[in-house]
Amino acid sequence: MLEIRGLRHDYAGRTVLSVPSWDVAKGDASLVLGPSGSGKTTLLNAIAGLATPTAGSIRVAGTEVTGLAPAARDAFRARHVGLVLQTLHLIGVVSVRENLRLAQRLAGSPVDDARIDEVLASLGIAGLGGARAGNISVGEAQRVAIARAVVNRPSLILADEPTSALDDANCAKALALLLDQAAACGATLLVATHDNRIRGRFERRLEL
Amino acid sequence: MRILHLAFAYLASRPLLTALNVAMLALGVATISFLLVVTHQAEERLTRDARSVDLVVGAKGSPLQLILSTVFHADVPTGNIGLEESRPIAANPMVASATPVALGDSFHGHRIVGTDGSFLALYDARLAQGRMFAAEMEAIVGADVARREGLAVGAKLTGAHGLAASGPAHGDHPYQVVGILAPTGTVADRLVITSVESVWHVHAEHAPARPEITALLLRYRTPLAAAMLPRAINATTAMQAASPAYESARLLDLVGVGVETLQWFAIALMASAALSLFVALTSALQERRYDLALLRTLGARPGALAALTLAEGVTLLLAGVILGFALGHGAAHALGWWLAEAASWPVTGLAWAPGEAMLAAAVLAIGALTCLVPAWQAYFSDPASLLARR
Ligand SMILES: Nc1ncnc2c1ncn2[C@@H]1O[C@H](COP(=O)(O)OP(=O)(O)OP(=O)(O)O)[C@@H](O)[C@H]1O
Ligand SMILES: [Mg+2]
Repeated sequence: MLEIRGLRHDYAGRTVLSVPSWDVAKGDASLVLGPSGSGKTTLLNAIAGLATPTAGSIRVAGTEVTGLAPAARDAFRARHVGLVLQTLHLIGVVSVRENLRLAQRLAGSPVDDARIDEVLASLGIAGLGGARAGNISVGEAQRVAIARAVVNRPSLILADEPTSALDDANCAKALALLLDQAAACGATLLVATHDNRIRGRFERRLEL
Repeated sequence: MRILHLAFAYLASRPLLTALNVAMLALGVATISFLLVVTHQAEERLTRDARSVDLVVGAKGSPLQLILSTVFHADVPTGNIGLEESRPIAANPMVASATPVALGDSFHGHRIVGTDGSFLALYDARLAQGRMFAAEMEAIVGADVARREGLAVGAKLTGAHGLAASGPAHGDHPYQVVGILAPTGTVADRLVITSVESVWHVHAEHAPARPEITALLLRYRTPLAAAMLPRAINATTAMQAASPAYESARLLDLVGVGVETLQWFAIALMASAALSLFVALTSALQERRYDLALLRTLGARPGALAALTLAEGVTLLLAGVILGFALGHGAAHALGWWLAEAASWPVTGLAWAPGEAMLAAAVLAIGALTCLVPAWQAYFSDPASLLARR
């Protein structure tokens, strides 16, 4: 599913990330571990095609992401990759439903409200569709962010510090939801974190 | 379409700033459009009213006043001239037509003009109903007069002494309306027209020994006349000759200075509106740079982010321009209503002035250029670096 070979990323001549070789099988859930500044976000950005690595290759579902032209890379990401960011980041000025529709539109698929309702219900926030995204609680936003990542049934879900802002109870809940949703759409899940609370939930790890 | 929706959502999320931006733009556009509409219509009206009159011969005094009173029917006359003295001028071979004008009375603020049949030709006026006046104390009325006063053929009207609405009435000398003119879009629409003899008849008690008229309206037979006639009349007679074209140009020049000052004021207003638009868009962009980065993670192309920013600016611009034109034309129309009360100058907000397309194009072009800078910034924002350092 994911094959990384000879990956290196430099910022101003300083190597901040180096992954000689790493493979993840389809449907696996893996953890990317490392202290702050070790390059976790840089790695996820490179896999998502948001940043171009200095050297090396990344294949996602048989596609060489690093070899794609910018437009093709954006389209590939929209269709095949779901992202959950540490700050969640919903578009605050529109409704929760509109946030999810936006993800569908940008992935080039028609708006599918049934799918949106299904995802919201499976995350226990069925009634939240009409709420303004800027007004909901952090716990709710966490779920909406996960909903947005899975609404297009991606083959790869990348989560950057999805739990580090949460207390123990919410941390466990959010992680369970993420694993459930990834399993439900058969997606490969990659979680980058320095949060030791969730180490135990993953068998496969990449230490940076 | 999603982009537009999102742009609206962003605008709606800060209603005060949005309203302020639109209001500033609208005020600038409204001021300029109002000035364009009113001055254009004034110019058009002046040239249409003066179109067929090449020269006015009247009593000595201010030439502008002579033209205003006898061509535009907007001021009091400079005095009268003797009919006998005016005859040689009318007979001059360089004169194609000479139309006498005898003023003095009015009907509910509409001037009663004593003249002859050639008066109608000056304004291309046709009778819509009835016939031309023939006997004494018969009159025809302009389209506006008939409409406002509800006059039909056969009605009687009584003149009041003086050109203001409130002079003493000539109750014993009523006019009989025998014809109504079709609308001409000129001053003729607002006049009561009768024979010179009728005007003399009304004033018979205090008439001077020799018959007098207010002025002669001349049309030239040859362009050469313009160079010779006015000078000859002014130098060799006790009368004055004034050119409507020249005097109305002078009048517009006088008004033009004021209009230009206002125009500069409006341009300053619009420059500050453009500046505030720029500040609003740039600060909005700063505020939501994570939103933009997020949209990129969802697959949005850099062009879409630029389009989003542009859409926001252009929406503000369009709203400002549309509201501005509505305000400008509304104000012009209100002025028209107000002036109609005073029965003097027709102004309408329902017509476009020629400069307005240019105005809209210039505002939209400058505004769009203003929006391009933030759109450019949005295009080149790097989502990876934004998401890595929060
Ligand atoms: N745009 C950039 N320009 C220069 N240096 C950068 C840039 N982005 C990241 N870095 C550097 O690259 C290194 C790795 O950053 P990265 O964000 O990937 O770390 P991280 O493991 O995600 O850290 P954290 O746990 O704090 O999120 C850091 O030293 C950071 O300063
Ligand atoms: Mg990070």
